[in-house]
Amino acid sequence: MASAAVPAESTVRPVSLWRRVWKGDSIAHLVTFLFAASILLITLLLIYQLFTHATLARQKFGWGFFTSQAWDHGNDVYGALPFIYGTCLTSLIALIIAVPIGVGSAIFLSELAPSKLAGPLTFMIELLAAVPSVIYGLLAIFTLVPLMRTVVEPALKSVLGFTPLFSGPIYGVGYLSAAMILAIMTFPFIISVSREALLDVPREQREAALALGATRWEATWDAVVPFAKLGIFGSIFLGLARALGETMAVTMVIGNDPAVHASLFASGYTIASVIANEFAEAGSDIFLHSLVMLGLVLFLLTIIINAAARLLILLTTRRGTAR
Amino acid sequence: MSMHLRWRKTVNLVMLSLTGLCTVLTVSILLLILGYLVWNGGRSLTWAFFTQLPKSPGEAGGGMAHAILGTAQLIGIAAAIGLPVGFIAGVYLAEFGGTTFPFVIRYTADLLNGVPSIVIGIFAYIVIVLPVKHFSAWAGGFALSLMLIPIVVRATEQFLRSVPLSLREGSLALGASQWRTVLSVVIPASIRGIATGMILGVARIAGETAPLLFTSFGNNFWSSSLNQPTASLPVMIFNYAISPYDDWHRQAWAAGLVLLGLVLTANIATRLILLRGSSTQRG
Repeated sequence: MASAAVPAESTVRPVSLWRRVWKGDSIAHLVTFLFAASILLITLLLIYQLFTHATLARQKFGWGFFTSQAWDHGNDVYGALPFIYGTCLTSLIALIIAVPIGVGSAIFLSELAPSKLAGPLTFMIELLAAVPSVIYGLLAIFTLVPLMRTVVEPALKSVLGFTPLFSGPIYGVGYLSAAMILAIMTFPFIISVSREALLDVPREQREAALALGATRWEATWDAVVPFAKLGIFGSIFLGLARALGETMAVTMVIGNDPAVHASLFASGYTIASVIANEFAEAGSDIFLHSLVMLGLVLFLLTIIINAAARLLILLTTRRGTAR
Repeated sequence: MSMHLRWRKTVNLVMLSLTGLCTVLTVSILLLILGYLVWNGGRSLTWAFFTQLPKSPGEAGGGMAHAILGTAQLIGIAAAIGLPVGFIAGVYLAEFGGTTFPFVIRYTADLLNGVPSIVIGIFAYIVIVLPVKHFSAWAGGFALSLMLIPIVVRATEQFLRSVPLSLREGSLALGASQWRTVLSVVIPASIRGIATGMILGVARIAGETAPLLFTSFGNNFWSSSLNQPTASLPVMIFNYAISPYDDWHRQAWAAGLVLLGLVLTANIATRLILLRGSSTQRG
């Protein structure tokens, strides 16, 4: 109301600072810009700090850090191989379990289930993603590990015991248990992102296949899934990035043994769990720098995979038309 | 031909039931998790859990009152930093940005969101714990705020963008400046969605353990200031679950139930709020 009377006066009176601020889009722009820029700054600072706090390890061990199996606090000699091996192995097995089941569920939820059923089911599966990882770890210690020790691993051993993968003593904790809990934790990501990708496939794609006489499954598998392929791969990469960086649940069931073992029943270690267990007790500088170096490796690994996942998801959602 | 058709129909049936089976499997895992946790946690949850401090190792009884307070403090610090920063940055991305810089910020926020929580913990350790040489609630809260910021940024931007352009134009046509339009028209129109995004973000960091292990660390007593090591529910669950004492396992279950209750309540509540919001807007 007041502004209606203002223009006549404001031509004679110099514009007050308050009025300039009140009208000042440039100030609002600047303030919000600063907050946005702070995100960029803090991320750059994160990368810089990780890099500088790993210098001692880089200087002392060089590239040998990645191939060495040493983890000796007494002599301050450290190598990353057991951890990189454990991280990659557990994530890989987790994907082998989670991908078929996850994509299968996504197909069911997007293509077959009536929407009255699919909505609540999807919501429940998304709730799985909200459960804190320490709770998965708690459940894994008291349910999964005994189950693996008494039922699953003896059964695998009796059938596939001739291969080095499934031989050796059974403890319950170890690579396979860690991979199982990782698989359970990556389900929700694979399912919800794959489902989105499948829902983005144009309706005509299904109708054309069905009209040509394809069965429901053939229409889904040969016409719909190829269309959503990139998005499904994106969901798998997203699940992989999550599995690689997962800390608590894995730390609680992997057995914490810094060595490389061929047997999936054996105890191992991952990058994230060795940091979780030993960082607070890092006595010497070189030990601290070695752990930060491991953190840097994990950081680079996950951002590369995340970037790939986002690119793939972007490519499919841009192409899809119907919802 | 009819053999072939029968084969195709069989494949159809088998594969379709397999996908159904996959879904049953994943959903039943959720129900098992919930059921087992509620059963075990419910058995262990006592009044003392909420009011008492832990007893010495191996001794029965005691509770996690200090960790409940600690978690509240950590969330408070994280929210005090993360919500405003994320919100204002989100406003920039949706309302004030050009093309190049917002793209960079958006990408950075995504990157930060994908950083493993343990790495965030290392960063908070380096910038806060190392210089002052002791663990503190500040360091833990800072680490959590870094996880909260990208979530809030994306939620804010997404919901601000969903406000129709005509609302903005209406306000600008009446002579309001752009920031006035954002403040009085765009933000109020999307505040419900933004708030739910914030609640979900807070619920997500409430259960984070890894960034707290060597930032806020832990404590068996009431911490008298935010400058001290501070206990939190997730870290207590971790420490108690891997301990050899049955009574500590029992308490870990109780803490797990409390934490899960908190997280699931937030998730379900925001879902209901969003559902109701969209139906009233349509009607």
